[in-house]
Amino acid sequence: MSRLFLSGNEAIARGAWEAGVHVATAYPGTPSTEILEAVKQYKEIYCEWSVNEKVAVEVAQGASMAGARSLAAMKHVGVNVAMDPLSTFSYTGVHGGFVVVSADEPGMHSSQNEQDNRYLAKFMFIPLLEPSNSDEAKKMTILAFEISERFCTPVMLRTTTRVSHSKGLVEPGEREEREVKGFEHDWTKWVVIPANARKRRTVVLKRLKQLAQYSNECPLNYIEPGRGEDGRIGIITSSITYAYAKDVFPHASYLKLGFTNPLPFELIARFAKTVDQLLVLEELEPFMQEQLLAAGFKVLGKEVFPREGELLPDVLLNSLREAARKKVIKIASDHPILAEASRPIEPSEFDLPRPPTLCPGCPHRGPFYVLKKYKPITTGDIGCYTLGVLPPLSMMDSCICMGASIGNAMGASKALAGTDKTEPIVAVIGDSTFIHSGITGLVDVVYNRSNITVIIMDNAITAMTGGQQHPATGKTIRDERTTKLVLEDLCRSIGVRRVRVVDPYDLAAVDEAISEEIKADEPSVIITRRECALLRLHHGPKVVPYFVDQDRCIGCKKCLGIGCPAIVTVELDGSKTVKARIEETMCTGCSICAQVCPVSAISIEEEK
Amino acid sequence: MKNGKSILLVGVGGQGILLASEVISQAAMIQGFDVKKSEIHGMSQRGGVVSSHVRYGEHIYSPLIGKASADVLLSFEKVESYRWIEYLRPGGEVITNTTEIVPPAVYAMGKEYPHDAIDRMHKQGVNVLAVDAASVAKGVGNVRAMNVVLLGVLSRKLSFPDETWQEALRARVPKRHLEVNLNAFKEGQRLAAS
Repeated sequence: MSRLFLSGNEAIARGAWEAGVHVATAYPGTPSTEILEAVKQYKEIYCEWSVNEKVAVEVAQGASMAGARSLAAMKHVGVNVAMDPLSTFSYTGVHGGFVVVSADEPGMHSSQNEQDNRYLAKFMFIPLLEPSNSDEAKKMTILAFEISERFCTPVMLRTTTRVSHSKGLVEPGEREEREVKGFEHDWTKWVVIPANARKRRTVVLKRLKQLAQYSNECPLNYIEPGRGEDGRIGIITSSITYAYAKDVFPHASYLKLGFTNPLPFELIARFAKTVDQLLVLEELEPFMQEQLLAAGFKVLGKEVFPREGELLPDVLLNSLREAARKKVIKIASDHPILAEASRPIEPSEFDLPRPPTLCPGCPHRGPFYVLKKYKPITTGDIGCYTLGVLPPLSMMDSCICMGASIGNAMGASKALAGTDKTEPIVAVIGDSTFIHSGITGLVDVVYNRSNITVIIMDNAITAMTGGQQHPATGKTIRDERTTKLVLEDLCRSIGVRRVRVVDPYDLAAVDEAISEEIKADEPSVIITRRECALLRLHHGPKVVPYFVDQDRCIGCKKCLGIGCPAIVTVELDGSKTVKARIEETMCTGCSICAQVCPVSAISIEEEK
Repeated sequence: MKNGKSILLVGVGGQGILLASEVISQAAMIQGFDVKKSEIHGMSQRGGVVSSHVRYGEHIYSPLIGKASADVLLSFEKVESYRWIEYLRPGGEVITNTTEIVPPAVYAMGKEYPHDAIDRMHKQGVNVLAVDAASVAKGVGNVRAMNVVLLGVLSRKLSFPDETWQEALRARVPKRHLEVNLNAFKEGQRLAAS
């Protein structure tokens, strides 16, 4: 079979399939989403979008108890949600092999923090594997299951955005079909009452010692001797930084680590003897460096390379240059690494940010526009609607983590109650995020008698991650029909009496709902319901775009206040006023701009 | 690396950049090269800046192109070519579409759109080939084939035979759009020659 061109995420899915995995679960989250999107194609694997990461791990855990190989995939902050079942999974160990994929995000391209989940693997005493490219991602996934079963432990496979989203050539193999072993009826292992858990803790620590020995022998950890003078510098590295470093500093000696918890101290000692100085190259925290320093190795790491952001090839090169110039590392003064590019091209000089925006026709736009009129405290959440914080809508006061909008609003309402600083409070949350972890917050709101308003922006999909099904869409990951969760019924059953559903394309209706509900003396829920504009473009009715009648337009720029990328301004010849124009190819016909125009200059009648 | 190249594709979300980089990667694979490609998904798809790195050669480690290292900077939007100019290696070449996509920041934050971006690059002594790929794509029947017009232009700067490009297009473009795209590719090649 010829080699495949796969992203790291697709390669992990391929590896899971080849390893005979029977159950794979995930909640979507950048940069991990495509793992399950790719697993979907393998019919031998049961796969699901779980309600959240905790459930994803619990489902995979149940599959392991039943003797199947299982995998759960999530973004780095998703592992926080899953830590409860995961950390005790380390105590119980596995029956069928289990791998949790943590897709970390150095650089925070689409995340709220830059946490380094290698620490979580160490915290849980579980093996940690870190691929540096797609081919390794596939091979390490397969090996991860072998390690899981050999040492009876969950295994963490950690990628970063660049490993997950870069593509490379992968050597494919066949699926090794494995029989599901059957449920393991062993209450001393799986029932973690204290008497059992104490015994398991001893087992965990014994396992850790065995893993530490294995790390030295593991084929994923190996030395690549360097050449010449450069070879006297020893670089200890893992993950994508290995790939960058091999380009920037090809002749150094490398200790390439794929298995990084526990670290292979014997191998490191052997490597250290072959070089004059040791550099630890790792993105984010000094995870390896601290351990090496504690073990008595003389290493440099974060003194040379930054702790924030990605260690991109340029960052790496500049850090090495600076360290060499300051003589922190010993490199000959005529070394090519110290030479700047000849006649480098000057960077451009202009200031034109192009941040992501709500798409033309996005159903979140109208509610934010109306909220701006009433200016309540607006706690936000994780999803496309977080973009409501950007100008010109600028209508969000907080955004912390999945589901936090409701608890944050609740806490603020209780703190401000009875003071002279009370303000109306609104929590804004998407449909998928509400199901992920907003429901419990709403129960708290009702139970503890708050009076906040929750706006569930229901666009019938998990949109930010590219469009995944969830319980309220009534479809599974493979688009099969299933029982549909009805959000308004759910809210009513929780005890919210004021629940209403409005069309976010109807500004007057949204206005009426918000103005009434923020005054109510009890909790309320407004569900703004419209399909995601991107989905509608794919399978909805033909778009009828809007036009600006330039004779009527008075140049008031009110339509620009909705922040639609399809609306631009033009300076017409002979007119001093700047007028609005709608890009026909971008307009999706949502009509919000027409509703805000004070002189009815925007309509679907094409100007003649 | 014999005949290896690093090509940086840049533009705005929704312009067909990812498909274009898939086709280049496919063509390089057909030619027997090792290939790596990298891009950021997610936030960038919502009208934000998109960049896709394609590198091929005998053996490729890093999927990312460093500053002053791109052989070709292929831009789908006028100012985006200028934004990324420092990634071009000295002596490298810019191919840019002349389409302007004015971001909402111009209205929301009072920013200026540098309409003279191409002149500015010329003044820096950069080798720029500016083409109106959108008009050419309209001419072959679908403005969305603009990305493949640009691939046609790019093909004149790389050393893959025409059959390789056609095979790559057949592998990556949906069947119902194939004919338009094969024509768009040819028109792009003609544009590069003129």
